[in-house]
Amino acid sequence: MPHVILCRFGELFLKLGNRARFQRVLLDNVSRALAGLPGLSVGSPHGRIVVRVDESNAPTADADLMARACARLSRVFGLVSLSPAEVAALDVDAISAAAVRAAAAAAAFPPVAAAGRSRPAAAPRFKVEARRSNKRFPLPSPEIARVVGARVAESLGLDVDVHHPDLRIGIEVADDGAYVYAGALAAPGGLPAGVSGRALLLLSGGIDSPVAGWLAAKRGLVLDAVYFHSPPYVGPKSLDKVMDLARILRGWQAAESLTVVGFTEAQKRLRDAGPAELAVVLYRRMMMRIADAIADRNRAAALVTGENLGQVASQTISNLSVIEAAARRMVLRPLLTYDKVETTAHARRIGTYETSVLPFDDCCSLFVPPHPATAARLIDVERVEAQLDIAALAAAAAAAAEPVAL
Amino acid sequence: MCATMIYLDNAASTRPAPEVLEAISRAAVELFANPSSAHGMGAAAARAVERARAQLAEALGAAASGEVLFTSGGSEADALGVLGAAKARRGRHIVVSALEHPAVLLQADLLAGQGYAVTKVRPAPPRSGVVAAADVMAAVRPDTAVVAVMLVNNELGTVQPVAEIARGLRATGLRAHLHVDAVQAFGLVPIHGGALGADSIAVSGHKVHGPKGAGALWLRPGARIAPLWDGGRQERGLRSGTENVPGCVGLGEAAELITRALRGGAAERVRALRDELEARLFGALPAARPTAIALRPDTTAGDDTRPAAARAPHIASIALPGLPAEPLLHALEARGVYASAGSACASKAGGASPTVKAVGIPDGTAVLRFSLSRETTASEVAGATAALCAAVEEIGGDGSESRWFRNSGKPY
Repeated sequence: MPHVILCRFGELFLKLGNRARFQRVLLDNVSRALAGLPGLSVGSPHGRIVVRVDESNAPTADADLMARACARLSRVFGLVSLSPAEVAALDVDAISAAAVRAAAAAAAFPPVAAAGRSRPAAAPRFKVEARRSNKRFPLPSPEIARVVGARVAESLGLDVDVHHPDLRIGIEVADDGAYVYAGALAAPGGLPAGVSGRALLLLSGGIDSPVAGWLAAKRGLVLDAVYFHSPPYVGPKSLDKVMDLARILRGWQAAESLTVVGFTEAQKRLRDAGPAELAVVLYRRMMMRIADAIADRNRAAALVTGENLGQVASQTISNLSVIEAAARRMVLRPLLTYDKVETTAHARRIGTYETSVLPFDDCCSLFVPPHPATAARLIDVERVEAQLDIAALAAAAAAAAEPVAL
Repeated sequence: MCATMIYLDNAASTRPAPEVLEAISRAAVELFANPSSAHGMGAAAARAVERARAQLAEALGAAASGEVLFTSGGSEADALGVLGAAKARRGRHIVVSALEHPAVLLQADLLAGQGYAVTKVRPAPPRSGVVAAADVMAAVRPDTAVVAVMLVNNELGTVQPVAEIARGLRATGLRAHLHVDAVQAFGLVPIHGGALGADSIAVSGHKVHGPKGAGALWLRPGARIAPLWDGGRQERGLRSGTENVPGCVGLGEAAELITRALRGGAAERVRALRDELEARLFGALPAARPTAIALRPDTTAGDDTRPAAARAPHIASIALPGLPAEPLLHALEARGVYASAGSACASKAGGASPTVKAVGIPDGTAVLRFSLSRETTASEVAGATAALCAAVEEIGGDGSESRWFRNSGKPY
């Protein structure tokens, strides 16, 4: 019965100089992800992270606890895969017995067949892959695989296929025991949360910005989120929706906080100051300024938006650059080149889609002009802004911004 | 969130009366046995249900309480009255008014999906907010199984000519079942069960200071309906399921309170307050109009400054051109006033409600509904008026047109 989870990490191996720090951050993130689950310990022997169910907890590890731990670990950036495993004694009989158990469990619930091939799930063909980091173990890896493979074939009546197996039994002979597992669960990959620094995510209730945040977090950025709220044009349910999205991102360790900016006053002044067609660009430039001010407070190094390259007013290259000109910081746009279909599929995978499509708008139609300009000129926009004390409007909104507890 | 709350969304739901809560609580604690059980505890529970039935029958002006069936609410009572009546008949045609609540309209759509022909009778003229009895009669055919017309429309507050339609149906001798959704009417508009001429009447607990999850269907003696599902065959086999004893008791108590309140002049008091609210609102907001309007007697044109004549006492539906409804509601809520909206702004996917569309209110008009109850006070009316004026000022200036239109094309 598996009582440990092997957690593999990927490209950290490339960063020799920073490897120790990355590993520490990853270990810390893993521990945080498992917070609240009883009786687990986390360690990092020999190049991987091992989550262990404490022996004192139960002689047989609780299957529900393992499942819950795996679910949480599958959301930790920096991990590429997980394998619930048994740690067997360092002799071939114990290893074989463990391998038989792992294969039997996996064969009863066989892993999904590799893409493009369909086999009857009833009789999976398997392969044993062995690695030996413990050089004192008497058998070399190919021999381990052969012996254990024979035992599994004989005990369970399964056939071997070393080229295209349905099921891979893994054995890692380490100093402290032999880790035996069948198959691996996917983890998100990326870099551990925090190794790339901090950024500020402009979060709206739409489908895109939560996905953009997730993608930024995947490469190791830790995010604070900011939401521009215009009551009473927009109701309290819109704010609730954004808070729910921020909480979902927090579940991925992607977002740490949410700041709500009262945007009504600034939005009204901008709407009334210039021609209707420039309104959207004016609002977004103001959002950039306010975001910069909040990023100053939070020491965020960049802004992250869900902006996409497209046809509508807020999505053309020229408008994006006019908007960006108001920001001091680098603006990261992880979704710039995504198709809507791709973004939507991604939103479903990370769990934000259902919340994003709840019908609580983040902008009232009274603020959206019928024909927004698709190629606003910076000179025209600046002329309108010159009529207002833009800096004061931005500063006032940023100063009044309230962090909300997630 | 304001300390004082002015709740004017009683058409959506009402605060349960303290007597009702007490009755429910007692019933839940003491009368928990199954009314169908053979022992004394079951009998006590059954008696409580029967007592509630009698209280309801009295409030509905029904001749014999054996005609009242308890349901899980107004929607189920409507489903029973429409689907149940259709099931018990051979005819494959349904007539409904276009102003019905979704609990009736969507049953009709369901039947349409099963091959029934459905005729939806529109209000005539549209802005009147009432269907014409003659139009309903014109739609009825020899194969009509069910005719459904609500007594009071929940969004507009207009009273439909149900008694006239019932007389017309009887005169034709056709066997169509007349179902009347009286969910909004119950409590403030007298319903004379048998005299109304309906075959079935639906009411709901939580609209009348009673509990949620409890409603009733009154059936004329001899009216035939088929049960929607089978089971323990409670309620004369027409509505299987162990009776919700606390719910029934609460509904009965609410009904008794209604009987007393109506005798004490509650309806007149509510009407006076509603009229006061409207007078103040129309006075303070020149662009505001009643959603359903009175008609000049000689023409089909309406005088859109006068609200429709035949209305329930508690609903004030106001149309504000060029303003979005949801932000107005939020602005009202920020000032402690709770109301609801019948239409949507252009951005909403669903669009305006069917009733608002049927009445012909154009897009881009906010339709706000203030619905009073016998608990509403004069100072609440004054407070609500002040709040709406402030909300309109905050959202859109003088309420006469969209702010946006003032800006497009502005030179700079």
